[in-house]
Amino acid sequence: MWYLCVFYHRLLDYRRPEVEALAELFGAFGEDGDNSPRRSLEWKLPKNHHSDSPFHLVNLPSEDIARKIANRSILVKGIYELWGEGSSYEELEVAIKNHPDDRKLPYLTQQSTFRITVDSFGKAISFQEQNERIKGLAYIPFKGRVNLRNPDHKFWLMETDDYGSQNGLPPVVERRIFFGREVGAADRKLLPTYQLKSRTYLGPTAMDAEMAFLMANQALAMPGKLVYDPFVGTGSILVAAAHFGAMTMGADIDIRVVRDGRGPDCNVWSNFKQYGLPMPISLLRADNNLPPWRPGLKEVFDAIICDPPYGVRAGGRKSGGRKLLKGAVDPYTVPEEKRTDHIPSTAAYSLVECIHDLLDLASRMLVMGGRLVFFYPVLREDGSSDAQFPEHPCFKLIAACEQILSLRYSRVLLTMVKTAPYSEEIAESARKKHIDFKENHVKWLEEGNLRSSVFSPIDPLSDTAEDYKVNKDSKPKYRGKYV
Amino acid sequence: MRLLTHNMLSSNIKGVSNGFPLRLDVENSVSKEVEFNPDFLRNMFSKIDWKALVDAARSMGYAELPEEAPDSSMLDSDEFLKKFHHALLELHLDEGALICPETGRRFPVNKA
Repeated sequence: MWYLCVFYHRLLDYRRPEVEALAELFGAFGEDGDNSPRRSLEWKLPKNHHSDSPFHLVNLPSEDIARKIANRSILVKGIYELWGEGSSYEELEVAIKNHPDDRKLPYLTQQSTFRITVDSFGKAISFQEQNERIKGLAYIPFKGRVNLRNPDHKFWLMETDDYGSQNGLPPVVERRIFFGREVGAADRKLLPTYQLKSRTYLGPTAMDAEMAFLMANQALAMPGKLVYDPFVGTGSILVAAAHFGAMTMGADIDIRVVRDGRGPDCNVWSNFKQYGLPMPISLLRADNNLPPWRPGLKEVFDAIICDPPYGVRAGGRKSGGRKLLKGAVDPYTVPEEKRTDHIPSTAAYSLVECIHDLLDLASRMLVMGGRLVFFYPVLREDGSSDAQFPEHPCFKLIAACEQILSLRYSRVLLTMVKTAPYSEEIAESARKKHIDFKENHVKWLEEGNLRSSVFSPIDPLSDTAEDYKVNKDSKPKYRGKYV
Repeated sequence: MRLLTHNMLSSNIKGVSNGFPLRLDVENSVSKEVEFNPDFLRNMFSKIDWKALVDAARSMGYAELPEEAPDSSMLDSDEFLKKFHHALLELHLDEGALICPETGRRFPVNKA
């Protein structure tokens, strides 16, 4: 059935993927079949609307699923059963009258309570006008009593106007009015609760709460699942995953965040305690470049969510001193008496190597159908980006959502699904690549052209190239607006 | 450190070919209550190295787990799941060390 899905007007790229992810989570595509060709929703836009409009129409299998999606989402303002729409109030009246009675009457009974809210996009409607609009709906046979606080049924009258440009969108050619019954709405109260400014322990790159929840949604975090963050830092992403009931585990190469924090009451553990969330299974001091997992351990995580260090505010580090990697000095042997608690020195870790290690780790450690969700930095030229994203034969890219950070940089949240098992050949080619990186580390780092070594197709096995081109539609210019 | 973590880690020293399972030297162990989630346990069961878990739990003084890896029909038994839950998630190595089985190097563990 088609529902009207109204979004908050922010993070435009993230809106549909979030609904799609939650649809998957709540079983809108049926059970299993991770390899089935099309696991996505049908979408439509209202007449004459641009795809960045907050109003979308989506086909969902049931009202129950629609409610669950709306209630868990961060960017959905509401999902509505549309009773009518039109470009004028006369048209709206006709449409509502034509809406089948058996869809309307159960919500208009004498015993029930209701409320009508008037809302608008791109313009303000005065209180008096709102009242007039509501009175104009008298042709709908409401029998119940009005209850503004806690009604059984919530009705919404929403309007967009046809003048000028609105909030950075191209002008809507035609005025549009919607009337519908609310099925579910997002719980944005989460955001003030989890906002970073009231969090005890923060680092320079702590993930914004709203984004962290979006990432947890993309990763399908839920009770019974295990979520891993290899660059855990102060734990801001795992907090969101834990809020949705997932078990969490984190690792970081920086011993200070993992072990010490800023004291006994200000560390990653206290961040979880602050919200009454279950503690992570463990926080490890581990190097993404040399993971400590036992041989034979694979397919253990249901999702990996992370914000890799991409060298703007925090650079990546891996084990091994710079001189050592250069071969200028012999490997340092730790004297026996200093072995205990020894933390190896670290050297710069380039983003490409980091992403390579991340994809290899994820392809080994994720369950089939498990999700890898991470940020990938992109350079913007001429106000638009035409990025090439990393690929891996085990993964299928299902969403790429751009967040513009400045004129020159943006970051893209990539969501990948594991669609093929980790094979011997993949392990072998990853191992070779790993040694390659190690041997050429200093040279490549100094030349600064590491990109080509990863982005040139290493593996003809990869057949994901075509799937991913779909996501590469060039973006219109006005996206320079920071929404 | 919980035994789930212990079950996943191996000694990462250069040149060590089989660093799993790390032996436990227990000075102090504690038990912290964790919310019981049968789905999570069923999910984890097939991924656990059973022998390593049983041995680790014994060295912490918890001997309720069966020696042989139980078959998956046991996952319907609440009683078994509770024991598994306790060993996997609630037992913590509070003070002690992990010992590399090949080189004998000690990795101290203290708190959490």
